[in-house]
Amino acid sequence: MTPETHPSQTWFGRWRATMSEMTFSAAICLGFLIIVFIIGIFAPWIAPYDEAQILTNDSFMPPSAEMWLGSDYLGRDVLSRLIYGIRITLFLALTISCLSFLSGVGLGFLAAVSGGRIDSWMSRFNDAMLSFPSLMLALIVINSLGSSFTVLIFTIALIDLTRVYRVSRALAVNVMVMDYVEAAVVRGEKKWWIIFHEVLPNTLIPLAAEFGIRFTYTILFISALSFLGLGVQPPQSDLGVMVKENMQALLYGEYTTLYPAIMIALIAVSMNIFVDWLLLQSSTKLPDEV
Amino acid sequence: MSLLEILARRLLLGAGTLLFVSALVFFGTEILPGDVAYAILGQGATPELVEQVRDRLGLNEPLHLRYWIWLTNFLAGDFGSSLANGADIGTEVSRRASNTFILASCTALVAVPLAITLGLLASIKPGGRLDRSITSVSLALISFPDFMVAVILVTIFAVKLHWLPAIASIRPSYDVFDWIRILILPVTALTFTILAHMVRMTRSAVLNVLSSPAIEMAILKGVPRRRLMVRHALPNALGPIINVVALNLAYLISGVVIIETLFNFPGLGRYMVEGVTNRDVPIVQTCAMIFCTFYVLLNILADILSIMANPRVRYKK
Repeated sequence: MTPETHPSQTWFGRWRATMSEMTFSAAICLGFLIIVFIIGIFAPWIAPYDEAQILTNDSFMPPSAEMWLGSDYLGRDVLSRLIYGIRITLFLALTISCLSFLSGVGLGFLAAVSGGRIDSWMSRFNDAMLSFPSLMLALIVINSLGSSFTVLIFTIALIDLTRVYRVSRALAVNVMVMDYVEAAVVRGEKKWWIIFHEVLPNTLIPLAAEFGIRFTYTILFISALSFLGLGVQPPQSDLGVMVKENMQALLYGEYTTLYPAIMIALIAVSMNIFVDWLLLQSSTKLPDEV
Repeated sequence: MSLLEILARRLLLGAGTLLFVSALVFFGTEILPGDVAYAILGQGATPELVEQVRDRLGLNEPLHLRYWIWLTNFLAGDFGSSLANGADIGTEVSRRASNTFILASCTALVAVPLAITLGLLASIKPGGRLDRSITSVSLALISFPDFMVAVILVTIFAVKLHWLPAIASIRPSYDVFDWIRILILPVTALTFTILAHMVRMTRSAVLNVLSSPAIEMAILKGVPRRRLMVRHALPNALGPIINVVALNLAYLISGVVIIETLFNFPGLGRYMVEGVTNRDVPIVQTCAMIFCTFYVLLNILADILSIMANPRVRYKK
């Protein structure tokens, strides 16, 4: 027995062991997500045309050899716009999730590790913020500051932050009652040492799952805002804008507006299935989502 | 703590929350104070005119005083008038609020019983075929953007089959059947947006109760399966289920905003979106306050109901 060198003893080893036991559907979903990300990153090289280039005078042309998904209401190539739309949507969602995670997990862990008055005040303030429907919060801020990438990113990150805080605090509180944490406290370890060496490794998988859930939620939220005309503003466009601007295609019997909607759904479904599998692996439950 | 004490405490907390919400709505919409006067005057804004408008709207008062005036006016039912066309917001809101109320309550009437039934069915035999199909369909539904189901429904039933109208505008001459006709698609779309979460959370709430020692005891005692679910599991799961329902009716708020915009339904949600698009601050404030109040009240109601539904609290001496 050599416990120090056994791979299941380190969090990285456990991570790798979990990955090798992936179910078929989870693997497919992960594969799809990776492909979508690659498409997003290399959009300018993959897209057949420029996203803003008007190629034809006909709106909503049916799919053809030159334009695989037809043309949109201005006669632009739908496939190219879809690829660029994926890029913008993923960029926004990823930035927002990272931002809300760095701050939310930090604050949540800090509250759990500090305990006492700091914890109760932070949590009370967070509960008050949670008493706001998230769409209302977003609409109020957009009403005052207008809709730009910066406003969108910081507003939605703030909304996500309240949820991430709640989840990460709950996860950390569960770890804090463990004997090994008490041992660390008795040893005289500092707050940040406990956070990085005890709490973080033991909450990594549920946090990864929560990241996936937040990411999906953010994609759906941005798309909804863009669909309302209050998110990403033309000429820039994400998938939600594409759904909105091509709604009349249905009247022409074309399904242009469905392609971006289906793309959003596919990304979200894959992420959710992957997250479900991830949660099953760690056998932890996240607090109910709001 | 007695039941009454818990309730009083919860109500007080709710009132505090509402005050916080109102402050956030007001200060959130007033981040740029000078803008309103300029927004009204547009191109012809001279410094004197701006000063006049600011004076007339009371914009020169200190911020906290304006908050107080706004709050008391709001509580008295005086919502002010639109910046864009000067129309009284109160009359517009009362008309639209009743439309939205009809839409939302129809959805709740369909979605809540359906979700609870599906959730219970799924939890009868966890891991069974029924459970797996319900869980995976609901997982897919959660991942759909709110507008997607609506767009698909419109494609099928309005564009292809011509059975139902794609646009749900309302004329005063409409009778009940016209209302039903225009409401079917929006209500179905809205039901889909809130159903999935409700089913999944009902399922996990019931499963949670089913794994408790009391239920294990009942199983060992030989209680038949149906009686076990209805008499033993359901009363204990009632509190969590009520919470689930309330939590998800809150989704209705964002759902309503999107579905109303999509179907051109003259409700409060679309009014608010129009307000935000035109940066019509009083409209946004009023709608946000109404939606947030509804949300907070719903949460309080859920808390109170689930406290009362908890057998442990109810039978306490």
